[in-house]
Amino acid sequence: MATIDDYVSRVEGTCGAEKDVIVVFKYEKKDEAIANILKRATVKNKIAGIILELTFQGQSFRVYSSGKAIFRSIKNREELNSILASLLL
Amino acid sequence: MLVSMMEHHSNIVPWEIISKIKGFKLKYSNVNDNGTLDYTDFENKLSGKTKIACLSHVSNVTGSINDVKRIARVAHDNGALMLVDGAQSVPHMPVDVKDLDVDFLAFSGHKMLGPTGIGVLYGKKEILEKMEPFQGGGEMIREVAYNRDKDHCGMVWNEVPWKFEAGTPNISGAIGLGVAVEYLENIGMEKVLEHERRLTKYTLERMEESSKVTIHGPRSLSEKLGIIPFTVEGLSSHDVALFFDNYGIMIRSGYHCAQPLHQIFKLESSARSSFYVYNTETEVDRFVEVLKEFDQL
Repeated sequence: MATIDDYVSRVEGTCGAEKDVIVVFKYEKKDEAIANILKRATVKNKIAGIILELTFQGQSFRVYSSGKAIFRSIKNREELNSILASLLL
Repeated sequence: MLVSMMEHHSNIVPWEIISKIKGFKLKYSNVNDNGTLDYTDFENKLSGKTKIACLSHVSNVTGSINDVKRIARVAHDNGALMLVDGAQSVPHMPVDVKDLDVDFLAFSGHKMLGPTGIGVLYGKKEILEKMEPFQGGGEMIREVAYNRDKDHCGMVWNEVPWKFEAGTPNISGAIGLGVAVEYLENIGMEKVLEHERRLTKYTLERMEESSKVTIHGPRSLSEKLGIIPFTVEGLSSHDVALFFDNYGIMIRSGYHCAQPLHQIFKLESSARSSFYVYNTETEVDRFVEVLKEFDQL
């Protein structure tokens, strides 16, 4: 059974007032991860073919074709894992 | 103790910690809106009560160069010691501690092609000789003589610099940093500075081509080194950094470990491009090409 760790290489907290969280997908699984996300989340905007602005369960976030995603206003790791599980698995 | 608002967290946090332990007052000097040091405020806040004035030689956010020689003179006139954070200057320009007449100057290996986890603290020998060791262990001691009557060991410190190098040192790090220093010296620090100034001038000119970019900090090449902080209208600095990442261009985003300076700039964070000896004008062209894509968003 697949887990978040099958897709996620690492999670980085950004420094800055924004307190964003960057999720880095495993290189070999990034296309699959993005495809799964696109099946479940709503695309609000596609910028320059590189940035996808998405919403899912009231959470807006951005996914980059390089295999990274920025989530905003995430309270803690549990909340992030819950969203990632819903998006990826 | 006096520091400025443009300091890297590494030149704020340790002083805040130790001020609470030792009970001294830590004061902050202002920075102008363009990120340059407010010399009048720094000099006004230096007084006979000041024991140490501490200032970065070059800001790691804006590249702004501080006239530490001038500040050292005023510090000494007030009987204070002058400590300089040279982490951003030593790797990028010629630095002569004797000419600057600073009492201490620190810099890091990882900022100058060397290994992580090692750095240098220069100190005037006569001051270091008066100082007590801050760590105990092997190498920093010359004699540990047990006195049976007193049930006590009498100790004689080793000479400077070993007095401050307790325990087994980071030998591999020191060798690596030594090679990095040799490498840079072989290039010549004047040439390093000239190369970075040329790239900075070219980049600043070319960044003007983008309508959505705001450059922060001083623009004059005489006032700054090769660091350009910027923001892009409508995007967070992390979005900007990830956008560049798509093209294989790495820039830094966030506070750059200098939150107080971002408070002065009234910014939540910033993106930062920077240069070193290995960067080229072709890379700047590529950087600007990507930067201009923001205009289409």
